[in-house]
Amino acid sequence: MKPNRFLLALLLLLTASVAQAADPTTIVLASTTSLQDSGLLDHILPQFTAETGIVVHVIAQGTGQALATAAHGDADLVLVHDPAAEAEFMAAGHGAISTEIAWNDFIIVGPDTDPAKIVGQTNVTDAFKAIAAAQAPFVSRGDKSGTDAAEKRIWRTAGVVPAGGWYRDIGGGMGAALNTASAMGAYTLSDRGTWLSYANKKGMRIVLEGDRRLLNFYDVILLNPATHPQALQAPAHMLAQWLASTEGQSAIAAYTKGGQKLFHPEADPKP
Amino acid sequence: MSDIADAASHALNLLAELDPALLGIVRLSLVVSVSASVAAAVVGLPVGAALAVFRFPGRSLVITLVNALLGLPPVVVGLALYLLLSRSGPLGIAGLLFTPAAMVLAQFLLALPIVAALSHRAMTGVWQEYGDQMQMDGLTRTRALVHILSIGRLGALTATLAGFGRTISEVGAILIVGGNIAGFTRTMTTAITLETSQGNFALALALGAVLIAISITVSGFAFWIEARIRRPASPEIA
Repeated sequence: MKPNRFLLALLLLLTASVAQAADPTTIVLASTTSLQDSGLLDHILPQFTAETGIVVHVIAQGTGQALATAAHGDADLVLVHDPAAEAEFMAAGHGAISTEIAWNDFIIVGPDTDPAKIVGQTNVTDAFKAIAAAQAPFVSRGDKSGTDAAEKRIWRTAGVVPAGGWYRDIGGGMGAALNTASAMGAYTLSDRGTWLSYANKKGMRIVLEGDRRLLNFYDVILLNPATHPQALQAPAHMLAQWLASTEGQSAIAAYTKGGQKLFHPEADPKP
Repeated sequence: MSDIADAASHALNLLAELDPALLGIVRLSLVVSVSASVAAAVVGLPVGAALAVFRFPGRSLVITLVNALLGLPPVVVGLALYLLLSRSGPLGIAGLLFTPAAMVLAQFLLALPIVAALSHRAMTGVWQEYGDQMQMDGLTRTRALVHILSIGRLGALTATLAGFGRTISEVGAILIVGGNIAGFTRTMTTAITLETSQGNFALALALGAVLIAISITVSGFAFWIEARIRRPASPEIA
């Protein structure tokens, strides 16, 4: 029965290679698509692993989903950017300590043709009102991510309820939103990091930046040991401390594209 | 069309360089998909054959169900499995979430109905042709089951390869239960999703070309083995 022996060998080989996942200390970091799509985590985490031997498994989701993953107990710490959702997470007793470790800003990107005449404006709520008034296509993340929450906040401040054919809720990550906006000649709100590292900018440009209300803060949150006893506290603390340390902060500062920082370390002066 | 030309040259470069990160991704894709489809074959082929050979109450209901599950949405399988494997879920204690094992499990569930339904169809034909003869020879239905799988092995192989096709191309379920962790649970399809979201279309398409090439190689290899097995094997049914 040659074929059976062959199959058996194949099976054994496969089980062996799946089972070899026995690894050194490994923690799961639930984080956001902006930090992954921009390449920041791939840039800084290997340095942390080299220094400490701790392997970090990154699950990149929108902030809402990342917090839900952690609330389910499936992560050891989180790194996200939605103050309101984070406050809820802390209030529900999931988080223990929250530390701001980096910031950048949101920008409005749109087609070169700028149908809503945003270029030259500096007030983000006025710009949103102009887009709505012109019924110019606008892509919304619609995925309860930090960027999505920021966008919704701006609409509320502008007193506009976005609805209609021009407002396109795609329910996707930042990269997907940029791809869609580029294909449809639409405006969208993006974090600067993802925009700078995004490779398909054809026909798109930044149409508004610099409004203080567009600042975007990233917080690392350690889980509450009382509600999440399974979380690996010691290595998670080491990562949180490293991110806030001189080494971690300079690693964040050193990540640039075309001479521009994608994320600012905490100490950088805010505009 | 420059994206497509870029993709072609990217694909050739990727293959020529044998980039270690790419090799790791290819290896994981193969390990996960082949494990899942082999497991689906081990369970699904006997089920398919049994549905062809045995008569029992509720049989047609089972057949309808198996065929209906051909359209099982991967993202639903992924979500259900996520809730089961989550630390706060009933199987959370196993610590399988965000590991390759969870991905194998998800793909096994997706491939199983395919293998069972297609092998049922193939084995029904074999049973119609040889069933009477086997019963006259005094074979029990259980023994006959083994024989029809052996006679219908080409159909069994096709069913298994269809299961493999489902697993190697699937992204919805493994993204949820695997987490697309670099160097650990990132496969060809989740890497393509990631590159697309970063606007690296040429690289994404190149990875797609490599994936298709691998898929063709695996099924070619499977048929080559089948042909080699067939030659020395003498007909076991007299």
